[in-house]
Amino acid sequence: MPVFDLATTELRDLNASLHALDKEGGNEEFEVTNPRGAHAVAVGIDAPVDVHIKGSVGYYCAGMNETAHITVHGNAGPGVAENMMSGKVVIKGDASQYAGATAHGGLLVIEGNASSRCGISMKGIDIVVKGNIGHMSAFMAQSGNLVVLGDAGDALGDSLYEARLFVRGTVKSLGADCIKKDMRPEHIEILAKLLSDAGITDVKPDEFTRYGSARQLYNFNIDNADAY
Amino acid sequence: MSHKHPVTTPRKSATFDDYTLSEIRRAAATGIYDIRGSGAKRKVPHFDDLLFLGASMSRYPLEGYREKCETAVTLGTRFAKKPIELKIPITIAGMSFGSLSGPAKEALGRGATLAGTSTTTGDGGMTEEERGHSQTLVYQYLPSRYGMNPRDLKRADAIEIVIGQGAKPGGGGMLLGQKISDRVAHMRNLPKGIDQRSACRHPDWTGPDDLEIKIQELREITDWEKPIFIKVGGARPYYDVALAVKAGADVVVLDGMQGGTAATQEVFIEHVGQPTLACIRPAVKALQDMGMHRKVQLIVSGGIRNGADVAKALALGADAVSIGTAALVAIGDNDPKWEEDYNALGTTAGAYDDWHEGRDPAGITTQDADLMKRVDPIAAGRRLANYLKVMTLEAQTIARACGKNHVHNLEPEDLCALNIEAAAMAGVPLAGTSWIPGQGGF
Repeated sequence: MPVFDLATTELRDLNASLHALDKEGGNEEFEVTNPRGAHAVAVGIDAPVDVHIKGSVGYYCAGMNETAHITVHGNAGPGVAENMMSGKVVIKGDASQYAGATAHGGLLVIEGNASSRCGISMKGIDIVVKGNIGHMSAFMAQSGNLVVLGDAGDALGDSLYEARLFVRGTVKSLGADCIKKDMRPEHIEILAKLLSDAGITDVKPDEFTRYGSARQLYNFNIDNADAY
Repeated sequence: MSHKHPVTTPRKSATFDDYTLSEIRRAAATGIYDIRGSGAKRKVPHFDDLLFLGASMSRYPLEGYREKCETAVTLGTRFAKKPIELKIPITIAGMSFGSLSGPAKEALGRGATLAGTSTTTGDGGMTEEERGHSQTLVYQYLPSRYGMNPRDLKRADAIEIVIGQGAKPGGGGMLLGQKISDRVAHMRNLPKGIDQRSACRHPDWTGPDDLEIKIQELREITDWEKPIFIKVGGARPYYDVALAVKAGADVVVLDGMQGGTAATQEVFIEHVGQPTLACIRPAVKALQDMGMHRKVQLIVSGGIRNGADVAKALALGADAVSIGTAALVAIGDNDPKWEEDYNALGTTAGAYDDWHEGRDPAGITTQDADLMKRVDPIAAGRRLANYLKVMTLEAQTIARACGKNHVHNLEPEDLCALNIEAAAMAGVPLAGTSWIPGQGGF
């Protein structure tokens, strides 16, 4: 198993090695030690590989990930898994702002809390947060699912498009055009699968409330000007 | 007064002119601000207010048609492993697929490639026809991240992080529902027919310190190969350029207020941002103060129309210029041959700017399948290449007349200004004097 000790190895060497992996698969597991808050760790991977990062990372860990499974055994700084396309990223600790920003696909699991703007402008990713999320989360979220086992902060889902938001705890306030919606059978099904994919077995889908777009701001109307 | 007495000629107000009156009536009728495309239409000090001095007793010129005057420019020499090499110092600015039709984007790629220069994607991602027909393609990285994906990032030749644009520094965008075809909607991961807002700020970084880390990430993802541009609107050019350099840019793109947009509020276009002419010297000063002039390349855009404009921008210290509006005109925008169609839309060729409505008679700013057939990408690409060639020849003509064997050797000392405003903005003497107004800080 390749082990990259970032205390003695350049980040460039790690990322270059990850970019050289076989896209067809059969790659050995990678371990990264002593990340010590380094930025851009394990970014731009486009091959199936398991990467274990033993410690906390800085900005943009797992950025633009495709197909890789990346686990951070620590906390993650801003923009973890930003613009992810596919694969899976698991944060054992907490995540800072903009987790999963603009991501198109894949699964991001945050076992701790996520800060503000979690899932901002998300474009298809599924995000499961076991703890709470901060304010302005899912701002302008376009598609995908955001699942929160804890509470959500202010202005959840402001200017939301078609993303689905599932919150088990309380929501401090909803943003513009974001409303509470019924949980229909298809939503229970989607949620059950997401919880299962995230390895969560002690929580049931019917404990959640669904939020989504009221679709009132989809086409500009001067009578809605006060909503902004 | 009786008609028997002499009467004064009816006089309209200079303040409340016809346009202003019509806008008040339009606003009163609709309750919504005016949205349009293109850049500032008001008259501002511009390159026309500058003149080249030419060679005489104290300088000797180079022979046209005989002595070489180079035009090549290399962009991205600071950090990128693979800088881009262009034959001419004129690039095609970022314009989105969505705002523009597929054939129009293809024409821009074809024209740029024939002329040996680059073209640029826009909000909405990279299309196959654009990548396929562009030898050198700059991939814009925008706040909306519509269509943004690592595969396209890796097949781009350079990455342009868009902070702002001259038409609307500080503003995002809106692509109205009528232009959202199935294809545009799919590329942007949004339902068909709804308005698509393009955010004014990036979603995952806030200031220049964060941007430095974002650039590190983009370089790591692309293995430090691609030049990274930062595009800013003409707001505070000295500080904006200095911070772009600090954040790690290879190239800074600076777009003045005459630079076009697909759509924004008229009030934004005409009242926010500085004229292109006013932006160049402060930007160059920032690069010089940091010891980075010619190391970080500066591309200037916003109202570049001919080879004289190119030469003047380069003389003031730019490494290259970029054209958007002019390129659209070259491929057929606002062509009088569609005058009847323009009239039907309540406008006239040359004034049409309702690009957001998607009914462009020239087939350029539309997603209408019939209208877009009016653009033949091959013929339009040829016209763009011809136009770029003419601009280059004109710039060379001026450079030779000033005794320069490379257009980059043009300098402020080759220029004078026709009026005090332009002299102050360009930092060159008022014609007939040795006076440079406005010295003593920006």
